[in-house]
Amino acid sequence: MSSTVRLSVNGQAVDVPVGASVAAAMAQVSLHFRRSVGGTSRAPLCGMGVCFECRVRIDGVAHVRACMTPVREGMQVQSHD
Amino acid sequence: MSGAIATYDLIVIGAGIVGASCADAASADGLRVAIVEPGPIGGGATAAAMGHLVAMDDDPAELALARYSLQQWEAFAELKEAEFSRCGTLWVARGEAELDAAALRVARLGAAGVEAHLLDAKTLYELEPALAPNMSGGMLVPREAVVYPPRVARYLVQRAQSCGAHLYAGRSVQTLIRGGAQLDDGTTLSGPVLVATGCALPALLPQLPMRARKGHLVITERYPNLLRHQLLELGYADSAHGDADSSVAFNVQPRPTGQILIGSSREFSATDAAVSPAMLQRMLERSFSFIPALRGLQALRAWTGFRPTTPDGRPYLGAVPGTTDQWVAAGHEGLGVTTALGSARLLLDLIQSRPPAIDPSPYAPSRMAA
Amino acid sequence: MTELYDVLVVGAGPAGLAAAQAAAGQGARVGLIDAQARPGGQVWRHDVRRAAPRAAREAIAHLHGVEWLAQHSVIAAEASALRVETPQGSNLLAYGSLILATGARELLLPFPGWTLPGVTGAGGLQALTKQGWPVAGKRVVIAGSGPLLLAAAATLRAHGARLQGIYEQASTATVHAFARQLLHWPARAVQALGLRARLFGVPYHFGSFVRHAHGDTALQVVEIETPNGTQTIDCDLLAAGYGLVPNVELASALGCSLTYPGAHPQVQVDAFLRTGVANVYAAGEACGIGGLAVARLEGTIAGHMATGNTEAATALLPQRNQARRFGDLLTKHFALDPRLRKLADQQTLICRCEDVTLGELDAFSDARAAKLATRCGMGACQGRICGTALAELGRFPRSGSRPPLFPARLATLAGAATFPSSDDEYRGSRS
Repeated sequence: MSSTVRLSVNGQAVDVPVGASVAAAMAQVSLHFRRSVGGTSRAPLCGMGVCFECRVRIDGVAHVRACMTPVREGMQVQSHD
Repeated sequence: MSGAIATYDLIVIGAGIVGASCADAASADGLRVAIVEPGPIGGGATAAAMGHLVAMDDDPAELALARYSLQQWEAFAELKEAEFSRCGTLWVARGEAELDAAALRVARLGAAGVEAHLLDAKTLYELEPALAPNMSGGMLVPREAVVYPPRVARYLVQRAQSCGAHLYAGRSVQTLIRGGAQLDDGTTLSGPVLVATGCALPALLPQLPMRARKGHLVITERYPNLLRHQLLELGYADSAHGDADSSVAFNVQPRPTGQILIGSSREFSATDAAVSPAMLQRMLERSFSFIPALRGLQALRAWTGFRPTTPDGRPYLGAVPGTTDQWVAAGHEGLGVTTALGSARLLLDLIQSRPPAIDPSPYAPSRMAA
Repeated sequence: MTELYDVLVVGAGPAGLAAAQAAAGQGARVGLIDAQARPGGQVWRHDVRRAAPRAAREAIAHLHGVEWLAQHSVIAAEASALRVETPQGSNLLAYGSLILATGARELLLPFPGWTLPGVTGAGGLQALTKQGWPVAGKRVVIAGSGPLLLAAAATLRAHGARLQGIYEQASTATVHAFARQLLHWPARAVQALGLRARLFGVPYHFGSFVRHAHGDTALQVVEIETPNGTQTIDCDLLAAGYGLVPNVELASALGCSLTYPGAHPQVQVDAFLRTGVANVYAAGEACGIGGLAVARLEGTIAGHMATGNTEAATALLPQRNQARRFGDLLTKHFALDPRLRKLADQQTLICRCEDVTLGELDAFSDARAAKLATRCGMGACQGRICGTALAELGRFPRSGSRPPLFPARLATLAGAATFPSSDDEYRGSRS
């Protein structure tokens, strides 16, 4: 259970357990997942893929739910601004 | 309210963009106006529409009405509710034949007073880098814009109400009676009526032929800066005005929110409102062939709407044949948002016996009288 | 590319796992699909750091002959087939019979400050934690209603969170009445006692709820209404959930009838879990919140029914009916305090996707008119959060949903089997 995955979150290297979600990796760096239409910071609410508050940019692809995406080695994750 | 009678100078039936425009124009003229709408304001074709303000030049009468109406839309350019965005219309040519046709259209629009420019391929790609390779050029109509139609309809109804118009919300007209209309709750409204019920016109005026032409639209998440102009293929008119039972055309719009709105499809024989996977696929494949990057975007919603379509493609604007106190404004097909304001002005001129600014005869409902 | 299954099960929680197992036992070709990467659903969600409960391990281990289709999100219902999207592409899965085990989501109610980062659902934070969310050493307040609060608290504590207290909105009297009823449900009583033991030393308050969350860019303080007045508590995370709401979107798209026992719909089924649509069954929370035991029994019954084994299904009905009574007990004892529906003020955002405040919605009495005028419900959650909250607040029911069932790539809607990975794919804003 000790093996970990290394990925990049907002340019910072993060290690998380295998099988962890991108949301978990993001939370180690910042609780600012995305900026809302009205300009405020948002982070996960429901944790189960329903609320879409955890949308981030993964490997350049916009609007991906962090809580539904398992981490992969070398992933590039960015807050959605 | 059962059995109650209320008297008005004009009873506008239907609060889509056309009915709302008429109610607003009538109230501004000082008429005592009633508006009858069973559903949300602007909740029919108005809500389903793209909200593209566009002059189509293949029918001179349609072009005259569009041009007249587009001038009036300028008054809404700064209105928050309109979400007016002057993105311009960019018509894309695939092949030299389409580019040659575009040159003719530039000339026709120019003659009607609509600014339009022919673009070579290089300029086209500078304006829209996301276009697929091998486009030949295009035509830019820079002053055209997009709006958010249901909010405009709501604004117009509220403006009419502030001038004294009465909204019968959640009510429908059961029948037209001599000198007025009977509502579903038994209320009688007395006065001239103006029927602006779009596809539902035959329920009240079966003598005026109307078909519902189904369309599909899809909207995406926000992708700011992917596209800058309302984009259409120059072959669009073949789909829009052809009589094929079903057709699709590339018609894609960047919303002011950054979302991408994707059309268009046309079907005559489909009567149910369900999204058809097969039509959606055809329509999207068409859009991918122009903008390949659309494939990877997240779609939020797909929906359908019905365009009120007359046999000759022109709206009915004028007196109901054989009557003096029944008016109609319906049948704008895909151009209801563009031509709503001009249609209302034209109709009010006729109702008030003023000389209209454009020739009303091409739209006279009497052309359908057998 | 179309795959054909004798039985297709949507949702790999306890109901779906049981359904797949029962159907596969009859030799049918069974597909089990879930949007998540691992089976287990919410209650048995895989924990990256800790072992799963034995029942979950067994249920997952017993999937012999079942094709497990992970990260398959159902996008649309077509004729006897579901359009699904995966991270790599999309597919059409045709079925002879379909079992809807779509479970439930949390009821999340708006209150001032609920959009601050650090405010989550109770089950929400539990799920995030199981997937590696860092809670060790974090000060966590748990609030809302129902037994889920205890389950969430236990997970959080096991992962090293510093629990500041559990705040249950139901009154002391009703929770005690519920506890007395538990004596009729020995298994539940043992479970509850076990949870309490694991939460030894964590204060459990009744008749209390969070009325306001404060913070600049993230949560710092919560204001809690208690029977003895308002308290403020400094914390890093607030996990607040008010119970569960059935997921009925797919059932609705298929044309299944829904019923409204309260503000929220559930799938209508007959005694044998048949929906009104031929060959479509529903099991577990989607048919009304009933808990784990109901889900497992109904899943098994649906699996039997879908493979024509009416006899085996019939044999389980008495047990299932008994288990359903426990769900009724929960509903009765954890009914929401009406004050919870008044927490949001005019400035509180209701639609978190499009940032629409409660005040902006005052003029409207139906969801569609509100949506057209304010954009409320037009965002990515498709009204799942705001529409459900507004229904609970007594404003208006959620408007009919439009396809796709979840946001999906345009290529999926166009029926493409795989997604382009070349450079021509748009990768978002150029800015």
